Amino acid sequence: MCVTCGCSEGAKSTVTNLTTGETTLIADHHHLRVHGHDHHPHDHDHGHEYPVHEHVEIVPFEQAVLQKNDALAVRNRAWFEGREILALNLVSAPGAGKTTLLERTIRDLKERYALFVIEGDQTTTHDGERIRAAGVPVVQINTGTGCHLDADMVARGVGELKPAVGSVVVIENVGNLICPALFDLGERAKVAILSVTEGEDKPLKYPHMFQASQVVLVNKIDLLPHLKFDLNLCMANARKVNSEIEVIQISAASGEGLKSWYDWIAAEWRRVRDQTYGSVEKRI
Amino acid sequence: MHELALTQTIVEMVAAHAQGRTVKRVTLEVGKLTCVMPDALRFCFDLVAAGTSLDGACLDICEIDGRARCVACGQEFIRHAVYTTCSCGSLDFTRISGEELRIKEYELAFDGAAQIERGAA
Repeated sequence: MCVTCGCSEGAKSTVTNLTTGETTLIADHHHLRVHGHDHHPHDHDHGHEYPVHEHVEIVPFEQAVLQKNDALAVRNRAWFEGREILALNLVSAPGAGKTTLLERTIRDLKERYALFVIEGDQTTTHDGERIRAAGVPVVQINTGTGCHLDADMVARGVGELKPAVGSVVVIENVGNLICPALFDLGERAKVAILSVTEGEDKPLKYPHMFQASQVVLVNKIDLLPHLKFDLNLCMANARKVNSEIEVIQISAASGEGLKSWYDWIAAEWRRVRDQTYGSVEKRI
Repeated sequence: MHELALTQTIVEMVAAHAQGRTVKRVTLEVGKLTCVMPDALRFCFDLVAAGTSLDGACLDICEIDGRARCVACGQEFIRHAVYTTCSCGSLDFTRISGEELRIKEYELAFDGAAQIERGAA
């Protein structure tokens, strides 16, 4: 076990390029370079006239904890915008259907756009393999003990993936409705996915994620006849948390509603291509 | 639990800035509406700080109220939750505070302070 942060050996973050099969370690594992104490010799007279215990030094710092991530996210965003790439960050609870939706989206849109995928999971390349089988370039990021992707991981993933100018990059975040809300990756929009098996109060229970998202896809609507799920209440809850959020009802399994999702992608892609940024930028 | 990653960042930032001098206290400002649990930060802090120049340091957390200004009626009010309505009924408001996550200051132990003084002399 690591003595600095208590992580286990398996906790290291890795990037796997599923085209080449190469896995590289994300070296910067938050470990401190400043360990222990640097004892400088005190071989001169300080001339202190007051008791030692009163001598403290307050150092003003005033720095945001996430400043490093946010600065990297700004760089990612500029990189994407300069190449007219639409970057989307897919977020949801585990099991909401992110990967199934992505597989279906790839199948339906890969002739229309150059699609690239960054897959985030704690461990395994299962999802990455599914995406590769769907026929687009994909990089798998394993976060180890981490519960979210950060801007540095995305920068490294993009470095491996080398997405083309004018492409669509989909970042499938780790299945988690809390932590990814806090970490800007440099995406153009967060797309939240909520499945109807999860309950209509999800937006109220996890408000940060729905507040940070521009669109929510209500998935698995083909199951509605079998469930007690109030779709209108769910949409009202999402808008209670984020009055500007767009709600699209879909079923990745049956294909119902997917046209609206594809229309949304097409509209965003055109805005990126034409550099006509609207309400999305105001929210960042 | 993103608080572990955040705590690692906090310890890393302060340790780098203090350049190896012993840090006795770190003061954070955490907005009440940011999705960070102060208790989880405290829990992680001692573990993450162990073996670094922040070993044994005290973590002070100032929690900051979520203030907002209503776009419809102009009044300023406290948001107790992410989803709140102004007393006028409007959902449209500008967020003023409550989402901070900032290292305000830190305190050096005697030896560190003496070194700073020596450096300035």
